[in-house]
Amino acid sequence: MAAPVLAVSQLHKRYGGQEALAGVDLEVEAGQLVGLLGPNGAGKSTLTKIACGLVRPSAGSVEVLGRRAGSPQARAALGYLAELFRFPGWLTAAELLRFHQRLVGSDGGEAERRQLLELVELGAAAGKRIEAMSKGMQQRLGIAQALVGSPRLLLLDEPTSALDPVGRRIVRELLEELRRRGVSVLLNSHLLSEVELICDHVAIIARGRLVKAGTPQELAGPAAVVVETGSGVRSFEGAGREEAPAIVAELVAAGESVYRVEVRHSSLEDVYLEAVGGQTG
Amino acid sequence: MNAEALRSAATVVALSVQEGIRRRVFLAVLVLTLAFLALYALGAHFAFRDVDEFAAGEPAILDPHAFTGATIFGLAMFATLFLGAVLAVFLTLGVVRGDAESGLLQPIVVRPIGRTTMLLARFAGAALLSAAYVVAVYLAAWAITEATGHWSPDHLLGPALGLALAVAIIAALSLLASTVLSVTAQGIVVFMVFGAGLTAGLLAQIGNAINSDSLHTIGRAASWALPFEGLYAAGLHALISGTSGLTGVVLQLGPFGGSEAAGPELIAWAFLYLAGVLALAAFIFSRRDL
Repeated sequence: MAAPVLAVSQLHKRYGGQEALAGVDLEVEAGQLVGLLGPNGAGKSTLTKIACGLVRPSAGSVEVLGRRAGSPQARAALGYLAELFRFPGWLTAAELLRFHQRLVGSDGGEAERRQLLELVELGAAAGKRIEAMSKGMQQRLGIAQALVGSPRLLLLDEPTSALDPVGRRIVRELLEELRRRGVSVLLNSHLLSEVELICDHVAIIARGRLVKAGTPQELAGPAAVVVETGSGVRSFEGAGREEAPAIVAELVAAGESVYRVEVRHSSLEDVYLEAVGGQTG
Repeated sequence: MNAEALRSAATVVALSVQEGIRRRVFLAVLVLTLAFLALYALGAHFAFRDVDEFAAGEPAILDPHAFTGATIFGLAMFATLFLGAVLAVFLTLGVVRGDAESGLLQPIVVRPIGRTTMLLARFAGAALLSAAYVVAVYLAAWAITEATGHWSPDHLLGPALGLALAVAIIAALSLLASTVLSVTAQGIVVFMVFGAGLTAGLLAQIGNAINSDSLHTIGRAASWALPFEGLYAAGLHALISGTSGLTGVVLQLGPFGGSEAAGPELIAWAFLYLAGVLALAAFIFSRRDL
């Protein structure tokens, strides 16, 4: 079995007396799109920053393709877009990408720059100065910048925070395209619906700990089968679609008249709220 | 450093130079420089003319021409160092902490270039621009002095290179300050350090004049602790090192800090100092969470 693209093991980080991460384990496989959820201050950005070498862990380890996070080899394998970022405003979009091509040693040249700008629908803005771009355009340019040199792992910290619905759709489609190309993505987001739509795997962090992880389907599992009978509405908690016929058969056998059956699922939002205990940053 | 790291470093140096030239402060310094050179040309013209008229037919105790030339050119050196220091500080303002807080640093640092190379490249960009600037202004001031008064210093290139090294040291100190201080605090602290260096030079000069060994030693020790002042004093000295007699003695006092002969040990110390400051800055930067 191939080594995970990102392997986080017993990761701890303390800022003075404050524990930002308290033993997090997480893996991102090749081509997997993992959504990292959690309230503000839960430790999501800290985890991402440790993975790209911006922050040093207090204990535990993070490896990118088997290399220590922060090492030149690990940094060469990843692309990163910070939640708070700024590019020199006097550069044009194409100049920024050329600058990053030189930094990563990419020989993609003009073709790579054009392809990346088209990927984020900024093909017409190649010659536009960054200071003249809207925040949304800058955010999409930031994603293009992170993709320079075809990284194997993409770390995105709130990449859609400044985007309008159209911009979000562009990013969603882009992430799906990246998955098809086998790029692994760790996506920090507050937008549960977005994560639920596109991520293969979701990890929820609260107070520096991983409190829930799994596929969106696993997490938003069946909550109950609700049956309306002659003697009232009865709810079978924890039962799913597969159990519904047996429940109905049992009720009918017991002499109940069944008028309506509903299989209720808990949404990712329900799971998230339950996992973080209503905590907000 | 391998070829890839060198290429990345050259990319960051080029970006730093481009960014420096585009900054408004660069334009402001250029305008100030042009104003200074114009005023300097005017002042030099009248100074030489008046001193020639004043000294005509009088018995010469001092060489009035050499005295005027060395004094005003020494003044030009001080102005050049000051403007070069302003440029060096502004080009390195917020390079680490400021850029990290604004989010400008992170997209670069996560690239394979590495923090130390990135920091050294930023230093190289700022130092190159500042050094080129002081050498150009110094040579322009010399050309004006030569054209208006037909006076040239005893050594021309040595002081220019000393000034270049002095502003490189100021850029390095400013970079070091940027690893721990906010932008405003960095600017204030570096200009205070610059002022302290020049004050140390003045103390040594006063100690010399009043024959106080202690004051002279304290002043000199302080100026070695901040060697940009030692380089400046050595440059002033080199301007008139071949001038003898009373003119030479009087010129030793120099404007804005006394001139002081320095051997190769000062140059060696200045390079060591520069390397030490950069190493400390790189160490602090490498341990900083961004």
